[in-house]
Order: sequence, then structure tokens, then C-alpha cells
Amino acid sequence: MRIANYTDQCAGQPLCVRRLLFCMPNALVFTSAFLLALALALIAAPARADYALNFPTPASGLAQDIYDLHILILWICFAIFVIVFVPMFVALVCHRKSLGHVAAKFHDNLKVEIIWTIIPTLILVGMAWPATNLVMSMKDTSKEDLTIKVTGRQWKWDYEYLGDDIRFTSNTTTPPEQIDGAQAKGENYLLEVDHPLVVPAGKKVRLVLTTSDVIHSWWVPAFGVKQDAIPGFIRDAWFMVDKPGIYRGQCAELCGIGHGFMPVVVEVVTPEQFASWKDEQKKLLAAAAVDYSKTYTMDELKTMGAKVYTANCMACHQPNGAGIPNAFPALNGSKLVRGEKSAHIERVFNGKPGTAMAAFGKQLSDLDIAAVITYERNTWSNAMGDVVQPTEIAALHKRSQ
Amino acid sequence: MYTAADPADAHAHDHAPSGFMRWVSSTNHKDIGTLYLWFSLFMFFFAGALAMLIRAELFQPGLQFFQPAFFNQLTTMHGLIMIFGAIMPSLVGFANWQVPLMIGAPDMAFPRLNNWSFWLLPAAGTLLISSFFVPGGAIAGGWTMYPPLFIQGGIAYDMSILSLHILGISSIMGAINIITTILNMRAPGMTLMKMPLFVWTWLITAFLLIAVMPVLACAITMLLTDRHFGTHFFDAAGGGDPVMFQHLFWFFGHPEVYIMILPAFGIVSTIIPTFARKPLFGYVSMVYAVASIAFLSFIVWAHHMFATGMPLGGQLFFMYTTMLIAIPTGVKVFNWVATLWRGSITFETPMLFALAFVFLFAIGGFSGLVLALVPVDIQLQDTYYVVAHFHYVLFSGSAMSIMGGIYYWLPKWTGHMYDEKLGKIHFWLTTIAFNITFFPMHFLGLAGMPRRIPDYALQFADFNMIASLGGFLLGASQLLFLYNVIQCVRGGAPAGNRPWEGADTLEWTQSSPPPYHSFVTPPIVK
Ligand code: HEC
Ligand code: HEM
Ligand SMILES: [Cu+2]
Ligand SMILES: [Cu+2]
Repeated sequence: MRIANYTDQCAGQPLCVRRLLFCMPNALVFTSAFLLALALALIAAPARADYALNFPTPASGLAQDIYDLHILILWICFAIFVIVFVPMFVALVCHRKSLGHVAAKFHDNLKVEIIWTIIPTLILVGMAWPATNLVMSMKDTSKEDLTIKVTGRQWKWDYEYLGDDIRFTSNTTTPPEQIDGAQAKGENYLLEVDHPLVVPAGKKVRLVLTTSDVIHSWWVPAFGVKQDAIPGFIRDAWFMVDKPGIYRGQCAELCGIGHGFMPVVVEVVTPEQFASWKDEQKKLLAAAAVDYSKTYTMDELKTMGAKVYTANCMACHQPNGAGIPNAFPALNGSKLVRGEKSAHIERVFNGKPGTAMAAFGKQLSDLDIAAVITYERNTWSNAMGDVVQPTEIAALHKRSQ
Repeated sequence: MYTAADPADAHAHDHAPSGFMRWVSSTNHKDIGTLYLWFSLFMFFFAGALAMLIRAELFQPGLQFFQPAFFNQLTTMHGLIMIFGAIMPSLVGFANWQVPLMIGAPDMAFPRLNNWSFWLLPAAGTLLISSFFVPGGAIAGGWTMYPPLFIQGGIAYDMSILSLHILGISSIMGAINIITTILNMRAPGMTLMKMPLFVWTWLITAFLLIAVMPVLACAITMLLTDRHFGTHFFDAAGGGDPVMFQHLFWFFGHPEVYIMILPAFGIVSTIIPTFARKPLFGYVSMVYAVASIAFLSFIVWAHHMFATGMPLGGQLFFMYTTMLIAIPTGVKVFNWVATLWRGSITFETPMLFALAFVFLFAIGGFSGLVLALVPVDIQLQDTYYVVAHFHYVLFSGSAMSIMGGIYYWLPKWTGHMYDEKLGKIHFWLTTIAFNITFFPMHFLGLAGMPRRIPDYALQFADFNMIASLGGFLLGASQLLFLYNVIQCVRGGAPAGNRPWEGADTLEWTQSSPPPYHSFVTPPIVK
């Protein structure tokens, strides 16, 4: 482009119309191209569902409020962005040396500086106001309709309906074959569990959270709830969802090798369905109560034990019992497993403090523990030939009391 | 590089020792600055290579290359090495080279301490990197090292704690040196309010370092004793509190992010006036803005912990203080734009990097403001949105301003011009690839992808693939940078004393490269 010597004609005139006319088109082309590209990207992308650009559709009032607050802030930021960077682009396009522009000499202006300190302050107050109100309602866990205790564990969630005596564990069901690519990935890959948390629609659900090992974080984006679960402490959070459906989330705090494989699934059902679900659960729990008078056979224990192992031990000790060198010991061929029954029971029941090996005595039923120990002693190349009965585990409870 | 002293500056002591011992025993601020910079460049490539592995694993859903245990080591070590091995040492390298030259001092105040500060780094770095090869592998609990997860690890965890201790000692000694140099060795006539802004930012940063590195040292020592000596500082079963660690860590950690950005502000505030050929707008308010950012950085730490569940009052307090930081930060951005306004602008490589810094850092600032709002943060904490946010402030903030600073001062340091065309190509590739890599991460975070996961649900696949492709391009582009720097060190068009027309700080009065002992007689600043 030929450089017009407009600066000569504008010499000494800071606001020369000729100069503006000269460079404005350039500046406008630049800025509008940029804005156009941005707008196109934003408009075109949602057309493809895969490219989600914003929060998932809110399912709770809280999530809706967060969504709206975020959009509001986004627009404010966008406006400030334009106000700040349009002048910058104009300067970059118009005030170039190659156009013959001569530098001005000014280097401060108290009035301007005061103005651009005060205006942002006011904008911030404007942002803080709705945010403060929202924080207050998020923190208000009172007047709940039901309370559920959530306990994180490496790498699953235990749910306990307080006052109802219903408790179960929620484990991922994505098969390892899908993860390592041997099988096609399912629709809800990594976001599916065996027992989802079931809650009634339209009721205020209060969660109290803790964990039995490291810090986890219970998170369902559509509910606007993310709360860390902290060992030794209880935290709480709440949500109320009107629309029945299945909602998915994940653990949001790094918790070891299974952190990416610790989904949260919540099934919201109508209050009537919820009531019948509760009855059903109670019956199931009663049926599953440990019958200490019964002597279980090796086969029964091994079959149950294999299930318990898959759900509770496999992530660390691996499906083939080989463990992970230097992190999780092998159980196949382990001296402890092939040694005295009592030492084996002791290790599973009380865990080993200071390591990832948790005290399963507090987490599993006596039958489960008896089964998994029997399984470990009599599978892979371990062949101890002995069985462990639930009564042997029950004895430990007495001792620890 | 600058063994041949400028005859005009001939001086009895002005000879550089040569060979290996020159570097090992050097007490010369220029040599030590050079060592710092090479060290950080190496670490930048090492941690960058880890990032390439992360992006390779995340290219597709499913586990393709690494098991989760190793993936967690990659992210943790990538973060730790980038912060403590690449960004911090390179900024100290800048301070070593530039602070004495910009204030007209012959060297740093404590040259021997300076040597020791540097030579601790390779020791710490070796210790940290070698932890990949010990039983159990490197640390994998995230660079934030939260217990109880951190208590579960193997010997690498102890090695890393030791390494961080050494790095901390090195930083504190470096900071003491910088403060003493700036306060005592300025050329006659250079009052504090006449110091170049880069020197100001480092003065304030050095105070931050001295204030917070000991806090980190305490916190990780407590981790160590929890691990091995039966204490229960962070173990609830013994009366401790795991969240206490997070408070201590972030009391260090938030000022730490300003330690990485304030000197970058200084570099950008030096480059922009040079190529706008116009004095920095609002120098005084710039100084106050840096000081108030530094002060505020001590009272915002718990904004990293909103999801831990603190009392209402705590959440509101930390939300308000965090929002306050936007004001001095905004002032800085406005001042840079005002400096450009009606300048006489040219676009050499350093200027391109500085301009991209202003633009992209502002994006990181805005996402920071979004994250400051507790309700929104609850949704975004520990998601890829945060990964996007801190790469906008750390990569396009710190790392790109460091690259700009290297291009800016390389002619002074080596006496040669770098290849301008290659520099520009490097710039454009970096900027474009950076945005392809990290912009989509905002969307991933909003859509609900947690950070620090080796595998993800199918709805995140497309953006992850884009981010990985961008990441590979971004990594590869940095090889151009390496090539350009090496070429410039080895030769090139002579730079002359002052290759940049608009540069007016003291270093440009010296030859390029400056004599081994510069400013033996102090200049007079009017
Ligand atoms: C979070 C990871 C993790 C899970 C889940 C886990 N373990 Fe362990 N386990 C460990 C670690 C780590 C050790 C080693 C502890 C030590 O001695 O340092 C261990 C040790 C053991 C040992 C002793 C092995 C030996 O040779 O010393 C047995 C037996 C055992 N676990 C059984 C189980 C059973 C049964 C389950 C499931 C109910 C289970 N583990 C679940 C991590 C785990
Ligand atoms: C080549 C360019 C880079 C790429 C492709 C890259 C990529 C990534 C990715 C994908 C993560 C997230 C990992 C996860 O959460 O699972 C990450 C984490 C991180 N990166 Fe980078 N990064 C780059 C450069 C940098 C730079 C220059 C810094 C500067 C300090 C940096 C600092 C960090 C930190 C602190 C973390 C957090 C680590 C943790 O979660 O503990 N990165 N990086
Ligand atoms: Cu987790
Ligand atoms: Cu912070």
C-alpha cells in the first residue's frame, strides 16, 4: 500500500479527521473480522451437539442461577474486552511508524487514570451483588426433605439414606475392555454405575459428605453441586431437581489412579416411585443380611468373593492379582495371602494405616470379607484350600469394640 | 560469547576466565544469568515433552499409551517442572542479567551467593527428574501435593520434597541478592521512582519470594513428618486437618503465581514503550498497581478452595478480595494500551510477543474474574476451564513474555541480531497453536470435563483432539525458538550498542555484548 503522507497534513493536530478517515477502514476491517470470526464460531458450533460450549442444561434452580450469572458475567467481560481492545487495535493499525505516524509525548493523565480505576470498581460491585445472593442460597442447607450421607472411597461412592437404613455402594460399570480399546465404547462410557443414587423429584435433598481415604469431590454439573469430601470431616451441600431423569457427573478432585473412573450417577424419580424404591431396597437389605448360623461352602464363598474382589480390590490389586509393581502388592503368590488365615483377615479388616490399603472391616459386610478372603486364598495360583466363615470376621468386631 | 572485552572499556580486571571452571566458579552476574537461562530452557523443553505425552494420551478417549499411574506422574511433573524449573529460573536469569545493567551497577551485591543460588538448581532438578526412575515412579498427586493422597506415595515423594526445599533456598538467596542490589547499588541519581519498571517488578517479586517460600517449606516439611515421623498435622485421625495443608499451600501458591507474572509485567512494560517509541503511560500508577497486586495476593489464597466447603463469610471474603485484584490488573492493561495510543509503532518480534501478551493475558484475566465468583467457581473448579485459565496466564502470560524478553535482549547479550524472519514465524506459530490448544479447554471445562484425568467421556472427544493437535504444533514450534537462539549466540549481524531505536534504559549505553565488567564507574542518572 502506498503510504499517504497524511501525517504531514495532520502535523500538530492530535485529532485530525484526515488521519481518522485514512486509517479507520483498516481498523474496522481488522476488528470486525475478528468479531465476525468469534461470532461465527459461537453461532455455528452449537449446531453440532458434540461441541458443547456452555454448561449442561441446568436441572436445578441453583444450576440455573449459576448459568445465568455466568452468562451475565460473560457479557460484561465481553463488553470490557471490546472497549479495551478496540482502541488497541486502532492504535496498532493507525499509529504505525510505517505510516509515518510520529509518536506523541504524553505519559500520564491523572484524570483518566482515576476514571479507569473507579469505573471497574463499580462494575465489580455490580458483579458481586448477584453472586453474593447466590452464594447465600447455596450455603443454605436447612429445611431439607431428606439427608443422604455420601462417603467417597478410592474409587467409588457409598450412599446411606439417613433415618431409612438404606445403604449401598455405587461402582463404575464401564468394562476395562472398553477402556483399553478391545471393545467399542458404550454411550455412557465412564459415566455409568451399578447403583445410582436415587432421589425424589421436587424435594430438597441434603448431602452430608465425607471420605474414608483421600479427598474426593462429588460433582453433578447439571445440579450445580460440587463439594469436596474430606476425611475426618463432614461437609454438606444440597440440591432440588424437578424433572425426573438420569444425571451424570464425576469425581472432581484428584484421588489417585482411579480418579478418572469414579462417576456419579443420580436417578431422579417421582416421589411415589421413590417410596416404592425404598421399600424394595429395605427388602433387599433384609434378604442380604448375614446369616451367621450358616456354614458357607468353598464354592459359594468363591463366587461371592469374585464379585466383591471386582468391585472393591481389583482397581489396585489388578484382575489377575499381580498388583502394580512398587505401588500395590501382588496378592497372587503373596506370602501374607499364603500364610496364616488370621494375618490375612487382619490385613483386610484393619487395612494398613498410612498406605492405600483401607480398613475394609468398616466398609464391607462380614460375609463379603469372608468371601473375598476365601477367594484370594484359592484363586490364580493360590491354593490354600481353606475357607473363611463370616463368624470368624464377626469375632474381630468384638475385639475392636 | 563475550570473551573479547570492548577495548574502549579496557580495565585491569576485565578478562573473562575461560573453560569449564568459568561457569562452575563464576561470580559474574552475566555468566550466572546465562546459566539460569540455559537451565530454564532445558527444563522448559523437558516439561514441554511431558506435556506432549499428556496430549498424546488425551488425543482420543480410552487409554492408548499410558496407565493412569504414569499419566498422573506426567501431569504432576509437567506442572512442577514448568513452574519451578522453567518459569521461575528464567525470570531470575533475566534479573541477573538486567538488574545490574539497568541500574548501572557493576554486578550483583553478593556474587558468591549468586553462584551458589544457581548451582543449587541443577542439583534440585536432577533430584526431581531422577525420581521418575525410582520404585513407584515420580510423584503423581498433582503439583499441589494435597494430603492424604500425597501421604500414600513412595520414595519419589520424599525426593521431590527435598528438591523443592533446595529450589526454595535457591529462590530465597536469589531474592535477597536482588533486593540488596536494587536498594544499594543504583547509579547516582537513580531514585526509586526513576528505576525502570522491570527493576520495580523484580524488587516487589523478591519480597514476595522471601515471604512465601518459607511457608511452602513449612508445609512440605509437615508432609514429610506426617509421612515418616508419626506426626498428624494433616491427618484427621490424629487430630490434624487435611484442609490445613491447602491453606498453607495456597498461602504460598497464590503469591507464587504473581511471582511468575510480575516480572513478566516488567518485561512487557519495557518492550512496549520501546517499539511504540513513546514513554510508558502512567509509570507511577504502574508501580502502585504492582505493589497493590502483591499485597492483595496475600489475602486471596482460599479462592482455590471454594469447593472444600468453607463458611459463608469465608467464601464471600475471598470472593471480594479476588475481585479486587482485577482493578490494579485492569489499570496495567489500560496503561499498556494508552502507551500504544498515538505511538509510532513497529512490529519486531519482541513487540509481537508483548502485544500478544496484553491481549491473551487479558483473556486469562477475564476467566480469572469468572472463577472468582464463588457460584461459578463451584462449577468450574478442578475442570479444564481452570487448565485453560492458568495456561492463558502462565503460557501466554509468563512464558510468552519471557520469549519476547529473550528476543529483546538477545542482541545486547550476544552482540548479534537474531533472525527476525524466523522470530516472526516462531511468534505466529506459537500464538496460533497456543489458542488452538487452550481455547477449546474453556468449553471442555464448562461442559464438565474434570482436570487430571487420563481418559474422558465421549462427549469431550472432539475438542480434546483439537487441543492435542494444537499442542503438538505448539511444542514443535518451540524448536524454532531453540534454533534461533543458538544461531544468534553463535553469530549473526552485529547488533551495535542500541539495536532498538526506542530503547532508553542504561543497558543500551553499553557495548553489545557488554564488557565482562560493566559500569565499573557508575553512570550518572539525571
Ligand atoms: C486403593 C488401593 C487398594 C485397594 C482398593 C485394595 N488394596 Fe489391598 N493393598 C493396597 C496396598 C497399597 C497394599 C500394601 C500395603 C503395605 O503393606 O504397604 C495392600 C495390601 C494388601 C494385602 C497384603 C498383601 C501383602 O502381600 O502384603 C492384602 C491381602 C490386600 N491388600 C487385600 C485387599 C483386598 C481383599 C481388597 C478389597 C477388599 C483390597 N486389598 C483393596 C492397596 C489396595
Ligand atoms: C507446550 C505447551 C503446554 C501444553 C500442551 C500443556 C498442557 C497441559 C495439560 C493438558 C495440562 C492438564 C493436565 C491435566 O489436568 O490432566 C497441563 C497442566 C499444567 N500445566 Fe501445562 N502445558 C503447556 C505449557 C505449560 C507452561 C508454559 C506452564 C507454565 C508454568 C504450564 C503449567 C502447568 C501446570 C501448573 C499444570 C497443572 C499440573 C497439575 O494439575 O498438577 N504448562 N498442561
Ligand atoms: Cu477423584
Ligand atoms: Cu490464587
